[in-house]
Amino acid sequence: MSPAETERLLLGLKVTEFLAEEANLLDEWRLEQWLALFTDDASYVIPGTGDPAADPRQSLVLVDDDRTRLGWRVKRLLGGHAHREFPWSRTRRIISNVRVERAAADALRATSSFVVWRFRHGHADPFVGRSEYRLVERDATLRIAAKRAMLDHETLAPNGALSFLL
Amino acid sequence: MQAESLIVDDCERGIFRVHRSTMTSEDVLAAERERIFSRCWLYVGHASELAERGEYRRRSVGGRPLVFVRGKDGEIRVLYNTCPHRGAIVCRRDEGNANTFQCFYHAWTFDNCGKLLGFPDEEGYATTGFDRSKMGLGVVTRHESYRDFHFVCFDDAAPSLGDYLAGTREILDLVADQSLDGTMRVVSGTQRYSIRANWKLLAENSVDGYHAPPLHRSYLAYLQGTGALLEAGKGALGGGSTALGNGHAMIEYRAPWGRPVAFWAPTFGEESKREIEQIRAELCARHGEERGTRIAGSNRNMLVFPNLVVNDIMAVTIRTFYPIRPDFMEVTAWELAPAEESGERLARRLHNFLEFLGPGGFATPDDVEALDSCQIGFGADGVAWSDMSRGMGRTPRMDDELQMRSFWREWQARMTETRRHDWSDRRTNGARAR
Repeated sequence: MSPAETERLLLGLKVTEFLAEEANLLDEWRLEQWLALFTDDASYVIPGTGDPAADPRQSLVLVDDDRTRLGWRVKRLLGGHAHREFPWSRTRRIISNVRVERAAADALRATSSFVVWRFRHGHADPFVGRSEYRLVERDATLRIAAKRAMLDHETLAPNGALSFLL
Repeated sequence: MQAESLIVDDCERGIFRVHRSTMTSEDVLAAERERIFSRCWLYVGHASELAERGEYRRRSVGGRPLVFVRGKDGEIRVLYNTCPHRGAIVCRRDEGNANTFQCFYHAWTFDNCGKLLGFPDEEGYATTGFDRSKMGLGVVTRHESYRDFHFVCFDDAAPSLGDYLAGTREILDLVADQSLDGTMRVVSGTQRYSIRANWKLLAENSVDGYHAPPLHRSYLAYLQGTGALLEAGKGALGGGSTALGNGHAMIEYRAPWGRPVAFWAPTFGEESKREIEQIRAELCARHGEERGTRIAGSNRNMLVFPNLVVNDIMAVTIRTFYPIRPDFMEVTAWELAPAEESGERLARRLHNFLEFLGPGGFATPDDVEALDSCQIGFGADGVAWSDMSRGMGRTPRMDDELQMRSFWREWQARMTETRRHDWSDRRTNGARAR
């Protein structure tokens, strides 16, 4: 195996491990640690079900958080008054099809497929889609500079609220 | 199902109750489909969505598949999305621009005005009574608009849209006149979601001022924490409730949060302060101080019976919803903005919309949970009635329940196939006069 190929595979493993850890933090509702994965200028976007490529500055989407609002989102979810998540729902994130490419000298572009199962009030609801990340290295660890989670659903159903984090 | 016995409306004693079977019964839903969704004017779309000739939006209105389309002649029509030949839908994308619609089943082709253009092997009809001029796509004949809001009605005997809309026209004017030349547009992007609850729970919730402080406490904490909670939001939200006729109703109150048009809040940033104050000044110059201030600084949550919500709050949203089952509805929401907005100004509006509104906002998921929760609670069955008497006998406040009573009074009149002339709490109201 060529050194370049080895490096590419190692990078893939590193990112896969990072995304598994991210999913684990979310499933365990360790949201402050999850938030710490993001850079100070990070964005977190969930486009509507009609147009995964939508630009939140020009089109209506579902979630368009800068780091400040993402911080408030986490605070809200941990505060006991985000009623759809109090008590917290049970979730399990299945992350696969991870692909990584170098976007710049210090930045990676990663994509993954996800299924998030959410269990509450007797319902088992899947949320299915694809995530796109811009990852950067800070102090020798990966950080999320941008995350865009794109749902495959035609409409947000059967569970009609993004009360938790994708 | 005896619709007349499902509501207790006693203005003398200040009692208003709704029987919970209205929210759970298949029979009630079947009757609603016939007496409400087949007879009321229903919102189909906004003219701005069809800027170009040939542009179309596929819509489901009252369970009916429709195409809202601007034809090559420039006219906006609403076509039934079903082939007149054997029934298949002829438009299978949610939106786009098309010169023709072709049925994939037998390749019948129609122009974007609905006219039949051609079909394979015309010879096969030579010996039949087939009249091709009558075989175009069906056009919804009752189709009218007000301030670019387009509605359809499936009842030939219904009154005109203008009469139907009654007092809501004045409020739609206030919304449309946020634009300096009175032209609003639907921003691209649709929020389509669902709620495991009866559709009428969302009609109630969309104009319910009483629930805001307790249910949306965490949203208000966010506003406070970011310095965006304005003076008006620090106590009870002052404001009133008005029955607008025909079951429509509205609450109106001072802005406790920032409004892109035009009430500045710190979260908009210092750099936008002058621009927002300028918009407000221009509105006052154009409409007079009182109306200009009302357009810019007041919030309005309005329900157009049965299922159109136009909420002019931290942004403007248009929302419709339809029952799929007694305990499940589908919701569609759009964002409306002055047509002249672009760049930073539009981005600011979009950002403000999402902090509260929509299935990923800081408030709507809690509403969805509340409605789900009511629906689960109705299953208890041992408690048969919901109470909606709040504020009866006093000047209606925005956190009273006149809005819901107005809705239910019209609902009952429709379901019992009677007519009403007064939707307020007046003691000699139409209900008793019948």
